[in-house]
Amino acid sequence: MQTAEQIAPPSAERPVHYLNVDYGIRSWLFTKDHKRIALLYLFVITGMFFLGGLFALLIRLELLTPAADLVQADTYNKLFTMHGIIMVFFFLIPSIPAVLGNFVLPMMIGARDLAFPRLNLASWYIFVVGVVFTLWAVFTGGIDTGWTFYTPYSTIGSNTKVIPAAVGIFINGFSSILTGLNFIVTVHRMRAPGLTWLRLPLFVWALYATSIIFILGTPVIAITLALVGVERGFHVGIFDPALGGDPILFQHLFWFYSHPAVYIMILPSMGVVSEIVPCFARKSPFGYAFIAFSSLAIAFLGFLVWGHHMFVAGQSAYASLIFSFLSFAVAIPSAVKVFNWTATLYRGSVLLDAPMLYALGFIGLFTIGGLTGLFLASLGLDVHVHDTYFVVAHFHYIMVGGAVMGYLGGIHYWWPKITGRMYPETLARLAALIVFLGFNLTFFPQFILGYLGMPRRYHVYPDEFQVLNVMSTAGASILGLGYLLPMTYLIWSLRYGARAPANPWGATGLEWQTPSPPPTENFAITRPRSRRGRRSSRRRPRTSSMTRFSSTTRRGSACGSSS
Amino acid sequence: MTTHPGTAAHDMPHGDEAVGHVVPLPIYFAVFVTLLVFTGVTATVAFVDLGRFNIFVALTIAVIKASLVLLYFMHLRYSSRLTLLFVGIAFFWLGTMIALTMSDVVSRGWFGAAGLG
Amino acid sequence: MWVFLVTEILFFGGLFTIYTVYRSLYPHAFGHASSTLDLTLGTTNTAVLIGSSLTMALAVHTAQVSRNGRLIALFLCATMLLGGVFLGIKAVEYAQKFHEHHVPGPYFHWEGGDPQHVELYFSLYFVMTGLHALHMVIGEGVLAVLAIMALRGRFGPSYFTPVELTGLYWHFVDIIWIFLFPLLYLVERHS
Repeated sequence: MQTAEQIAPPSAERPVHYLNVDYGIRSWLFTKDHKRIALLYLFVITGMFFLGGLFALLIRLELLTPAADLVQADTYNKLFTMHGIIMVFFFLIPSIPAVLGNFVLPMMIGARDLAFPRLNLASWYIFVVGVVFTLWAVFTGGIDTGWTFYTPYSTIGSNTKVIPAAVGIFINGFSSILTGLNFIVTVHRMRAPGLTWLRLPLFVWALYATSIIFILGTPVIAITLALVGVERGFHVGIFDPALGGDPILFQHLFWFYSHPAVYIMILPSMGVVSEIVPCFARKSPFGYAFIAFSSLAIAFLGFLVWGHHMFVAGQSAYASLIFSFLSFAVAIPSAVKVFNWTATLYRGSVLLDAPMLYALGFIGLFTIGGLTGLFLASLGLDVHVHDTYFVVAHFHYIMVGGAVMGYLGGIHYWWPKITGRMYPETLARLAALIVFLGFNLTFFPQFILGYLGMPRRYHVYPDEFQVLNVMSTAGASILGLGYLLPMTYLIWSLRYGARAPANPWGATGLEWQTPSPPPTENFAITRPRSRRGRRSSRRRPRTSSMTRFSSTTRRGSACGSSS
Repeated sequence: MTTHPGTAAHDMPHGDEAVGHVVPLPIYFAVFVTLLVFTGVTATVAFVDLGRFNIFVALTIAVIKASLVLLYFMHLRYSSRLTLLFVGIAFFWLGTMIALTMSDVVSRGWFGAAGLG
Repeated sequence: MWVFLVTEILFFGGLFTIYTVYRSLYPHAFGHASSTLDLTLGTTNTAVLIGSSLTMALAVHTAQVSRNGRLIALFLCATMLLGGVFLGIKAVEYAQKFHEHHVPGPYFHWEGGDPQHVELYFSLYFVMTGLHALHMVIGEGVLAVLAIMALRGRFGPSYFTPVELTGLYWHFVDIIWIFLFPLLYLVERHS
């Protein structure tokens, strides 16, 4: 950089930022700005979330009574399948990485954008194509294999739209891979000078670990689902036992990805919590390195435990023993995180703002989800509660109680940065409480139901289970309300919310050093236009020039003493 | 494939920064000839009955060939440790996937009936 | 690019896992089925592909040391040509299989024992080589674009990243074949 850098003149009335720099649909659809792409993701993902939620609501309504009065068995099978596919592949997996990660990761490391902005936009389009395929499957008859696509039912048994759904997930997988690739290269190459690995915000560590799972796991599910498609489409036997195949092999390959996928959902959420807790406890994160490396440890161990989904599927007892043992090992890094968050809270000046409420909810619910996970990892117990509502409750505590809570917490936390507006705090706290209560009322009874032996995936059940099911359905209605409320007031705040300062929470991450909402190139100082010829657009400067990461800034995103 | 010089393979602090490491041409040809020889060997050895060692020999030769391509044609020998780490991770995970899956397949029936019976 | 190749390794890795499992379960069926493949064509193809890797490496080398766009393009075209020969031989092999009714599906026909698992082998054979061939076709397309760019003098010591990355991709496809060849063609040849 030979030329002197020029400080952009402070504009008088309306500062130009990434939202008002350009209007019109083209400026959004062809944007290469990671912040705008994040918002594009936000629109699609929110839509998918409410669609998946609608299916969940129908499921719960059917289960209100023991008999089949709302839907019949076939429809019910389709409902829970589509609920699972949409929520897992099109909401939970992309939610935090593609929305919040896309938005804040470059800012957190002091970069102007991701390493490959065009690739980033391409992954959004690929994602949308995947969504279109899946919606096509959903609206032209649905699919009833369960979100797991177990063979041979998915290849020869089912008469539903298996191939379009598999294609949708296959395509979506490429979007995940590209996002993961982008994040990894960005973290390696675009960090601000002086921002060493052990000073990275914990959210970045979590996203990095997630990206590793993306690039290592996703190709396996892609090839597996492609083979399901081939087997179904051309009647070529690969997994079908009638043609000499081994259906358990499908389960191995499926869970090789899909168990780590659980960590794709939960790790970014943990990252968000690791940002929020130190900020609202007004302390540095306790055990920074432990939290950071436990993310990597989870990503690593998460790949070694997939067999615990197959304890009763015909897997050998010897393999089950190994997988059971390894599954217990995953609890260690997860517990390290929980203990470190709690230690961060200890003697902090805890502020109970809405993001913090979600984070606290996360810690509690994730702990319950994790501990019941240990029950399920125990070989002997799992044989009894396998495929009961105990499992359903367990993974909803992880996915909804964990991942969704973290997502909502992150949305609230970074909302002022994203939109430049504050959300109404009182309403937000109320919503956080409603979500927490509604969630527990929905899923805690399911633990008991499962323990009593109610199997999952049936639309009818014996009369004696009705009380608990009614409680669960009531909770689901409250939970639904709890999700609609933030949606409403967040949209309201776009117009009527108070203007947000650059750093409303008194946090120390680099993303708070720039105005809310940030300018297109993230940080106020830009290089003069004349320098940005063809050559420099090809070889982009590695970092924003203002952000020499000073060693006085504390590591992680701990809050400064002043706010 | 984008046009950004964004890969780890490119930005290593080589001696010659602009072009990366230039492998001398004789090495390329030597590697090429070695690969051809190994191809011939593996095709010939396959007809000799070595019992269970046939597959072992075949895979060893394949691994050697792949390593040659990786190290010289793909310049891995001159790349950074980060690149090596990523390649190592990939093969490690592949090994994990195969090993743990096989741990199931091989041991079915060890304890009486298959599965948990 | 290496990160992308990591993904690709795992992508094929799924297939290799399936292959390992089935081969360990049904070694003899795989052996019989494998013996029907034409070893001459397979070995030739291996040599052809290795040759294409060499020309690809030479293209990268040329771009590293000179601005001679025509020479770069020449090596790229040679790579494409060898890749084309590979695909052509592959097509001949496929045609033979169709002719012998060894393609899995309703018309599959097998004289020897254990037809089910032989069919399984052929399913894997077609999926693995098919996916590999698909990668080759993509590579050929990229090479064509690169050759045109090279002729226009776009590459030289100051800028050759696309050539280098394509080279990595092409070598990767070669490596996959280096493993596919013994696994698919050389099962129990001696018996």
